[in-house]
Amino acid sequence: MEVQTTSVNNRDLGPESASAPPALHVRDLTVAYHRKPVLWDVDLDVPRSLVAGIVGPNGAGKSTLIKAVLDLVPHASGVVEIFGKPYRRQRRMVGYVPQRESVDWDYPITALELVAMGLYRQIGWCKPVSARHRRRALEGLDEVGMADLAQRQISRLSGGQQQRIFLARALVQDADVYFMDEPFAGVDASTEKAIIAILQRLREQGKTVFVVHHDLETVHEYFDYLIMLNMRVVAAGPVAEVFTPQNLKWTYGGRLTLLDRAVDAIGQGSR
Amino acid sequence: MLAQLLRVLSLADYNTRVVMFGTMTLGIAGGVVGVFLLLRRRALLADAVSHAALPGVAGAFLLAVAAGGSGRSLPLLMLGALASGLLGMACVMFISRFTRLSQDAALGIVLSVFFGFGAALLGIIQKMRGAQAAGLDSFIYGKTASMIRSDALLIGIAALIVILLTASLFKEFRLYTFDADFAAGDGWPVHRLDLLLMTLVVAVTILGLQAVGIILIIAILIVPPASARFWTDSLRLMVLLSALIGALGGYFGTAISAIAPRLPAGAVIVTVLGAAFLLSMLFGSSRGVIHLALQSRALKRKTLRQNLLRALFECEEAGALHSEQQQLEYLSRIRGWSRRELRKAIGMLARSGLIYRVPGCPWQFSENGRTEAMRVTRNHRLWEVYLLEHADVATAHVDQGADFIEHVLGDAIVAELEASLPRFGRALPQSIHSLTRSNGGSDG
Repeated sequence: MEVQTTSVNNRDLGPESASAPPALHVRDLTVAYHRKPVLWDVDLDVPRSLVAGIVGPNGAGKSTLIKAVLDLVPHASGVVEIFGKPYRRQRRMVGYVPQRESVDWDYPITALELVAMGLYRQIGWCKPVSARHRRRALEGLDEVGMADLAQRQISRLSGGQQQRIFLARALVQDADVYFMDEPFAGVDASTEKAIIAILQRLREQGKTVFVVHHDLETVHEYFDYLIMLNMRVVAAGPVAEVFTPQNLKWTYGGRLTLLDRAVDAIGQGSR
Repeated sequence: MLAQLLRVLSLADYNTRVVMFGTMTLGIAGGVVGVFLLLRRRALLADAVSHAALPGVAGAFLLAVAAGGSGRSLPLLMLGALASGLLGMACVMFISRFTRLSQDAALGIVLSVFFGFGAALLGIIQKMRGAQAAGLDSFIYGKTASMIRSDALLIGIAALIVILLTASLFKEFRLYTFDADFAAGDGWPVHRLDLLLMTLVVAVTILGLQAVGIILIIAILIVPPASARFWTDSLRLMVLLSALIGALGGYFGTAISAIAPRLPAGAVIVTVLGAAFLLSMLFGSSRGVIHLALQSRALKRKTLRQNLLRALFECEEAGALHSEQQQLEYLSRIRGWSRRELRKAIGMLARSGLIYRVPGCPWQFSENGRTEAMRVTRNHRLWEVYLLEHADVATAHVDQGADFIEHVLGDAIVAELEASLPRFGRALPQSIHSLTRSNGGSDG
């Protein structure tokens, strides 16, 4: 058991995690922008085959957590592992749906061309997108109910349709762990239903999905697992266990004054 | 004069052909690389880099002279330009990364300081060497007439390499200029791709030093892709068009500069590109100003036409209108139209034969007009009912929503509407507003 030996050398592990490494393992993750910390000492061990919500107030570091896991923002410290191995060696198992607002929707490409981007890794350097890959991308579009809009320029799609093709692009990546940044933000009712159906299907296929989410009312309905975040992990576990009034208060009701003051002091110091 | 012009334009002599090859390939390279530069929104960085190349040119010249050469060797001067251009880029990155200054401030500082320093060095050179060194001026505004054959060949071949590299990385550049975060998450070396693109930009800048000059080189990177965007929504086509426009700029710039050697080639090239941009902006078939204006005018007219048809139809449903005067008053009251708008709209319908009038009587539908009016009214009402039942929109807002959207409903959507409201069949639903509720559902 290669996994076991390397893991044991690095840190203490319970017998359970040694036999089946968690989908996501994070230890001591701290992220700072211009020396001002946005995430403190995040520890997570999330099992596989579930849909995990990430909730917390604005500025709680939800997107930053995803970006730090995916190595898109530099961390001050910390370890990130996917299925027991460092993230950098497991990139192929990971799919990503960025926030919809993060790209220029005026970019001159069609829905199909955007979805095909999820296949670039598989296609490899310098090789063109072949007919086979275009067919696969079209299947991806079909999975989100957008096949008939394949040739449409992306600026002519509605917000919900744009979100769906972002999802389709991740689906054709064929990953085992997905990170989705606010896929439900500003979408219409039918898109919301389509996304939920996709999340359920992914879970049935044994995949693990992390979803940054805003709407607390739908937490029970959408997620098996919940990460409640406010610069640090307030609580993480099965929804039934951690989605409690007490934890909500800790997450949303007034920041921890001491932590706040410490952050401000550090922020002042760097100016 | 004319004979000379023809001679140049038809590439009659070998020398012109070689110079033409150099500048046109350069134009293509600028157009191709520029597309990604534009989409990456890094145009100003390229401008700073090109200005930062001046002290390198002057410095290389001084070094060569100090070592006993003449200093007028293009490859050597290009190397100098490359070094100081890259140094300028590094300075911008350093300043914006390690200080709290924003990138535009960093760009402004680097651009002006480097260029100013270069101009000072140039001043020293001119004092020191007199007329022979004055040729360095051509690097500021460009001069193809002074280009020797080997230089043009070097520029052309290097530009060809730039084009081939960009073309082979088309997919990768598309991915990272569209969505760098996704690309990085997918395992692509985004920073290295960014560096590579900027290196290609620097390469075009340096290659264009002699033909276009430091100050205007940014134009061959930005103007062709910006022009191309007006014609197409496809990246592939945009790259091809941009390359074509760049090549045209190089061709005419060189030709005119060959006939009138006193005109700076860079200025001529930029003028040609500027004309291409103006034409594209006005006449572009995808997002040109005229195209967009026509589109919005057509939609406005269609909306006005459909609104009037429905208003007339509902007016007829309400009955009790006996004179044209009464009819016009009614119409302007329910739609809030001015008399002028109303007359214009009525004129439009009358000209297309949808309505007619017997003198003294109100306007009547022709047979075509009635069919069309029924169709429009039916679509409107179906849409209203749909919104009410399926979209939780307050009744007061429904009419507005229906008004706006019904004008762009395609046949497919109307068919879907019918399917989702099967109880109406092919009939006309009653209006949901009290105003015209008298005997809706009549088939006229």
